[in-house]
Amino acid sequence: MKLKLLFTAIMFMVTSLGAQTINVCNSCDVTSLTRAISLAKPFDTVIVKKGTYKEHNIVIDKPLTLVGKNYPVIDGELKGEVITIISDSVTVDGLFIINVGTSYTEDYAAIRVKKSKHFTIQNLVLEKLFFGIYLEKSSYGKVYHNKIIGDAVEEYNSGNGIQLWYSHYVDIEHNFVEHVRDGIYLEFSDNCVIKNNVSAENLRYGLHFMFSNDDIYQDNTFENNGAGVAVMFSKKIKMLNNQFRENWGTASYGLLLKEINDAEIIGNTFEENTIGINLEGSNRITYKNNNFTNNGWAIKVRGACYTNHFVENNFLYNSFDISYNSKVNDNIFDKNYWSNYTGYDLDKDGIGDVPYRPVKLFSYIVNRTPETIILLRSLFIDIIDFSEKVSPVFTPDNLMDNNPQTKRITW
Amino acid sequence: MVSIENLHKKFGKNEVLKGVDLNIKSGGIFAVLGPNGSGKTTLIKSVLGMVIPNKGTITVQGENIKKNSSYRHKIDYLPQIANFPSNLKVKELIRMIKDLRNHTNDDHNLIQLFKLEPFLDKKLGNLSGGTKQKVNIVLTFMFDSPLIILDEPTTGLDPISLIRLKELIQKEKSKGKTILITSHIMSFVEEVSDEIVFLLEGKIYFKGTISELKTKTNQPDFEHAIASILTDNHA
Amino acid sequence: MLKILKYSFFDLMRSRWSYVYFGFYLLLGVVLLFLNNDLSKAVITLMNVIIVLVPLIGTIFGVMYYYNSKEFTELLLAQPLKRSSIFLGQYLGVALSLSMSLILGLGIPFVFYGLFKSNAIWDFSLLLITGTFLTLIFTALAFNIALSNENKIKGFGYAILLWLFLAIIYDGIFLMTLIFFEDYPLDKLSLVGTMLNPIDLSRTLILLKLDISALLGYTGAIFKQFFGTSFGLVVSFVMLVIWVVLPVLRIMFKSKRKDF
Repeated sequence: MKLKLLFTAIMFMVTSLGAQTINVCNSCDVTSLTRAISLAKPFDTVIVKKGTYKEHNIVIDKPLTLVGKNYPVIDGELKGEVITIISDSVTVDGLFIINVGTSYTEDYAAIRVKKSKHFTIQNLVLEKLFFGIYLEKSSYGKVYHNKIIGDAVEEYNSGNGIQLWYSHYVDIEHNFVEHVRDGIYLEFSDNCVIKNNVSAENLRYGLHFMFSNDDIYQDNTFENNGAGVAVMFSKKIKMLNNQFRENWGTASYGLLLKEINDAEIIGNTFEENTIGINLEGSNRITYKNNNFTNNGWAIKVRGACYTNHFVENNFLYNSFDISYNSKVNDNIFDKNYWSNYTGYDLDKDGIGDVPYRPVKLFSYIVNRTPETIILLRSLFIDIIDFSEKVSPVFTPDNLMDNNPQTKRITW
Repeated sequence: MVSIENLHKKFGKNEVLKGVDLNIKSGGIFAVLGPNGSGKTTLIKSVLGMVIPNKGTITVQGENIKKNSSYRHKIDYLPQIANFPSNLKVKELIRMIKDLRNHTNDDHNLIQLFKLEPFLDKKLGNLSGGTKQKVNIVLTFMFDSPLIILDEPTTGLDPISLIRLKELIQKEKSKGKTILITSHIMSFVEEVSDEIVFLLEGKIYFKGTISELKTKTNQPDFEHAIASILTDNHA
Repeated sequence: MLKILKYSFFDLMRSRWSYVYFGFYLLLGVVLLFLNNDLSKAVITLMNVIIVLVPLIGTIFGVMYYYNSKEFTELLLAQPLKRSSIFLGQYLGVALSLSMSLILGLGIPFVFYGLFKSNAIWDFSLLLITGTFLTLIFTALAFNIALSNENKIKGFGYAILLWLFLAIIYDGIFLMTLIFFEDYPLDKLSLVGTMLNPIDLSRTLILLKLDISALLGYTGAIFKQFFGTSFGLVVSFVMLVIWVVLPVLRIMFKSKRKDF
């Protein structure tokens, strides 16, 4: 066993040292990527010069570095998948891939990694695509600095920008994805890091988790998507310092949580979404230091949510701060700043002397009869909200912030 | 000057004027008299267009007053209760009325006549009832209109001012103007008026000179003559 | 008419009440901005104040002015002036002086705070425009009430009742109706219900600015068209204009037939 390992290491070094470079261009000896790959030995570098290459079903079956100079165009002519990687240690860099084939039976991708490890996919520009980057049972890879611009119109015939399926330990950073179905989609993929990406104008979700655990996403921006981020049936996800903006519409959320346990949601900004966070069946989540600004509903609790902690967040100018659809509450709200708070602070310790009740009767009425939203901010509504505040009948009576802050929290 | 034909006016169920026919010729002083609620003020206000009759026509100098406002250039009116915007100063009010109607310079003489100079810079809200009435008189007489209507002009006036007022009325009469007066002060009426019109229950009961009234009622003096009309009709 | 307007306006501008009203708004603006230091919050609070207080002050002030200037009106009636110009002049005098107090009272502190450099200027201008519309509407309604009621106490009673009805009771009935008929499609009804009450109408205009995220959460197609496009803004403004014109026409109509 040890010997075999040593042998492989030596082989690796030898081949690396003897690695060759193969140039591809329209006037070179090698004029196609497929041919270059078949000529190359493992650990060679294929350099693709500027030009247009009408190719599809390019299969990379050995460890290679494929580098485009000045963004050569790989045109799939809508015939099918463009590049498929089936070997470990492949790097693809600097290509402009267009015209991926669309199919209802197969998920054609601009670039697919299949059962491989240690891949790097970077600096690609993908346009006119079906699926963008598709990682299938492939782990320990990097997806950096790619720009994916789709033209999706309908959900049923469009694909995702970056899709992970049973792929673990993948870093996805500094990508820009727009106009696809889901910007980034993780299914059965654990321990991934998604960082500094921008996902905007996508039909469904900016970022989507399904049955994926222990992932981190941070410093991303999700703007103007059908819904910002959907996290479903997953555990221990960390959501840090992201921006969720302008996700407007009937079923539009900044963040949708469904059957999520033990997550951390810290330092995010939710701005001008119809619903900031929509949670359903989600337990033991910590919400801390988030800004909820100008949302329709900052947080909508749909039921079966227990032991969530909402601590030290800023709730600023939302039409509704919190909405509940039941009378039961097992979640804790503490030390938040609420711009709608009207109490006083006589002892000047920065904590309001009367508790704040973030759930209004009117939000309960609007849940029941949505058209009543037109009466928002009416004096009559203020009066019934006030009476509900004094003696809660419809809203959970233990739901209150006992230490509402009198100044915006900074961190 | 003024002719009224078949004038009817109801306020709700209360029929105040029940067919008044009246012709007032040009020149002279006419007093409109009658017990409380007989329709004196309603009659005057109908002429002024402030009350809109249910039936009947009114013409002033041959001009039908219905849906007309310019004929009021020919009328000067002294309202019964003088209550002006309290924030205005006396001279501002005078300037304003002049601004709304035609220009005139008679106001200076009248102000002197009623000794109003010290009050010119005071706000109307701070004036006494009598002073307000003097301002009211100035506002009325400063224009040179052929018809003058005075509703209870003597209210609140001190004796000197009353004398001045009487002089003023005579002066205007001498210019050939027509003056219509209502008053409760019988001595005042007797002193100034040429002819009286007596209203009773919405109709004209008597029209003529004071001496004619005395003859008709067989009473030696004016006050008794009036009283006898009232007792005869209510007995 | 312009002369009457001028005199009514200047008369009111010098009255104690104009100062009180102006001072109130000035104080409100200063307190909201300089003690709170939060422009967005100030605009929201102002909205609440404007849609409740402006109609109340407009009605009370309108009725009060009418009754207080009754004798003056009679003096004017005896002058060679058209009735419609007397009443329109007085109405505009009251409405404009109230609007001036509102705009200056709120505007001055906001300008000093640096409104022109802030992006809240549109929200704020919308507030002032709706405030002015509400003043015009409710002063006109007040004049209507006063013209129809000789009795001062009755007039004041009706004025307060009108305000109470439009500011609070109407919305209560509206809410009950919506809940009662919740099984039916309601978006048309709810929009029509809003149009029929000038306070609700102004509130909706402001909602379009402040709460668009929440409004777009509702599914109805008509709602979407109304709130999602400039259609809502245009319709609301047209309705506000109608709400001014109709009572003003009634003032003219009623004043021509009234005895004094």
